[in-house]
Amino acid sequence: MVEKVKGALRLAAIDPAASRLGLSPGMTLADARARTPELRTVADDPDADATLLRRVLKDFGRFTPLIALDPPHGLMLDVTGCAHLFGDEAGLIRSVRRRAAGVGLSLRWAMADTPQSARALARFGPGGLFAGQDARAAVRRLSVAALELAGADERALRRAGLKRLSDLDDRPRAPMAARFGTDFPARLARVLGDEDVRITPHRPVPACVVDRILVEPIVTQDDVERVFQDLVADAVDQLDQRGQGGRAFEVFFYRLDGHVRRISIRTGQPSRDPAALQRLFRERLGALAHPLDPGFGFDQIRLAVPWTEPIAPTQGRMEGERPGTEQVGHLIDRLAARLGPEAVLCFQPFGSHMPERSSRLLPSGMVGPAAEWPEPDPEDPPLRPLQMFDPPQPVETLAEVPDGSPLRFRWRRVLHQVVRSEGPERIAGEWWRAPDQRTRDYYRVEDTEGRRFWLFRQGLYGQTPEPRWFIHGLFA
Amino acid sequence: MKNIEERERRLVALRAGLARLDRSRPGRARAGLSSGDQGLLDRLDPRAVHDLYAGTPADAVALNAFGLGLAVRAAGGRPIVWAIHRLVETETGTPHGPGLHEMGVRPKDVLLVRAGDIQTLLAVGEEALRSPAVGAVLLSAWGEARAMTLTASRRLSLAAQAGTATLFLARAGAVPAPSAALTRWSVGAAPSTPLEAGAPGRPSFSATLLRHRGGVEPGTWIMEWDRERRAFLERSPVSGAVVPVAAERTPATWRTGERRVA
Repeated sequence: MVEKVKGALRLAAIDPAASRLGLSPGMTLADARARTPELRTVADDPDADATLLRRVLKDFGRFTPLIALDPPHGLMLDVTGCAHLFGDEAGLIRSVRRRAAGVGLSLRWAMADTPQSARALARFGPGGLFAGQDARAAVRRLSVAALELAGADERALRRAGLKRLSDLDDRPRAPMAARFGTDFPARLARVLGDEDVRITPHRPVPACVVDRILVEPIVTQDDVERVFQDLVADAVDQLDQRGQGGRAFEVFFYRLDGHVRRISIRTGQPSRDPAALQRLFRERLGALAHPLDPGFGFDQIRLAVPWTEPIAPTQGRMEGERPGTEQVGHLIDRLAARLGPEAVLCFQPFGSHMPERSSRLLPSGMVGPAAEWPEPDPEDPPLRPLQMFDPPQPVETLAEVPDGSPLRFRWRRVLHQVVRSEGPERIAGEWWRAPDQRTRDYYRVEDTEGRRFWLFRQGLYGQTPEPRWFIHGLFA
Repeated sequence: MKNIEERERRLVALRAGLARLDRSRPGRARAGLSSGDQGLLDRLDPRAVHDLYAGTPADAVALNAFGLGLAVRAAGGRPIVWAIHRLVETETGTPHGPGLHEMGVRPKDVLLVRAGDIQTLLAVGEEALRSPAVGAVLLSAWGEARAMTLTASRRLSLAAQAGTATLFLARAGAVPAPSAALTRWSVGAAPSTPLEAGAPGRPSFSATLLRHRGGVEPGTWIMEWDRERRAFLERSPVSGAVVPVAAERTPATWRTGERRVA
């Protein structure tokens, strides 16, 4: 692969056949062509490489949730505790290699106790499975290039005669810190495996993760639901032991061909109820915008619970008790799973005298403790409309100047003759929020047909610009 | 011996069940309303579906308010699910919390669900009817739809009977069509009893009963919604106000707007 470096075309990467012929990365294209006239070149496309790597990252998430990018062109997997799912560590490596080969990637790999020593062994060493101190011994045999220092520092080390990491290991660290910087000993320790720095995973690891690896890939929805049932049973066990319930559940479907799909379910209250979760899952599957496509089949399904909350132990209900807010909560969860959480709303009062801000519609999961609504006067009819327009719609009105109520108005091409009216109710703008909000005079009007409207005049006569009339809402 | 007793018991239970299901008993026919009581509206059967139609699309808000009033009475303090069609919101506005409160409906008892089309609206209605905690369901739909078939109406009826809630299907901009609903109404806005100084009064509706499966005769009533009592009060169109709030007015003065003091 060829990339342009400082105006000259150089080889960015070569395949094994080319390296056997003596080519190496960094060589100029002209030199390479001179040596091997039948060289085939492809333009280097780092973006496509990055995209492919991210897809492989998502797919390899099936082996462990603790997975991170290891630039360049690499992945770091923390497989502590995951090996049993694939038999043993050797089995895990076999699966990884099989998957990589299936995708068409050639792989250099190593497994060790710390991330940095594994990286050094894979990139600069022979690779392989190392346990405990074997890794350290193998890393000592690597050249100092494994430290990945800046070019000048590496040259300095070589000129000093320090060619292998064993040479560095055997010497005192203090003079090296003085010469190469204070982080040099830490770097050396990490590569040797004396110091362990945890990797930062690509996505935060959920509190509770349950996997099912399927020997035969499944395709039908019934099978998927059955596997989900198993997973939920396991997850609920784990949550039970911790005394917690889950608020958000994520299901990852890993396809044979490397495609990964994530479905999430939310509940309003922390839940540990397998039946309810199964229902929500079914609703969600039914309501997906892009239906779940198994392709050639799913060979792994994972259930993760990223958001957990402590659950208070509930006592059994007595006979004849009315089902209360818990049942409504279940209904809200089911409707939210089917329509999306933005479609199930509750009214919440808001402390503002502007009508459009005096109340909010919030998704049910976000409603806070019940606040009070201002009490109306028992003698009065409703002073606020049942339904409001956002934004208010302009109307043409005939009204007395300066603050008479409307006599006639035209809305949506229909002329309404006003028979009764009340007003004006003056509502000034919230000057502290926006300095140019204009005063409104609201009028409650009724027309000849008996329909009641809420009109307002924005601005006062005599001010510039001219006041305009709008309809803000409709009364019963 | 045991088998015969068992069979007899089952027969008795079956007969009782059939009697419950049989709603067309002649004893329930009513000729009209007596003034001052909630009358027919209070005797609307719970656990059933009631169809409400708007006289014209412009009466859609009156229709929703009427439906809400009925739902509040049917729910009896339990939560109400109001599922609203997207087109209803664009045509007549979004439900407003203070407006609900001023009508006497507690906003914290109302769960608002937005549905994109009528098919979803009906599905939400069915889902809500299945929940044992819901007291009443109001579905606000706009216009005609292919999804409104007799089958869909029957499904809703069955779901209502199986549960504990009442469902009101408010269709604005649609022609009254045959359905499996227990009652069918046409609702429109009516001029209100004015307050002093000619101010518009309480919400007033003109409700026409088109069909009642229980055998009640069709008729038209002018109703006013009383917030304090949370009930519909009948108002005869001839005599004027039932509950004088302030200065009394006769119909002749409605249009001229003259003030007269009683």
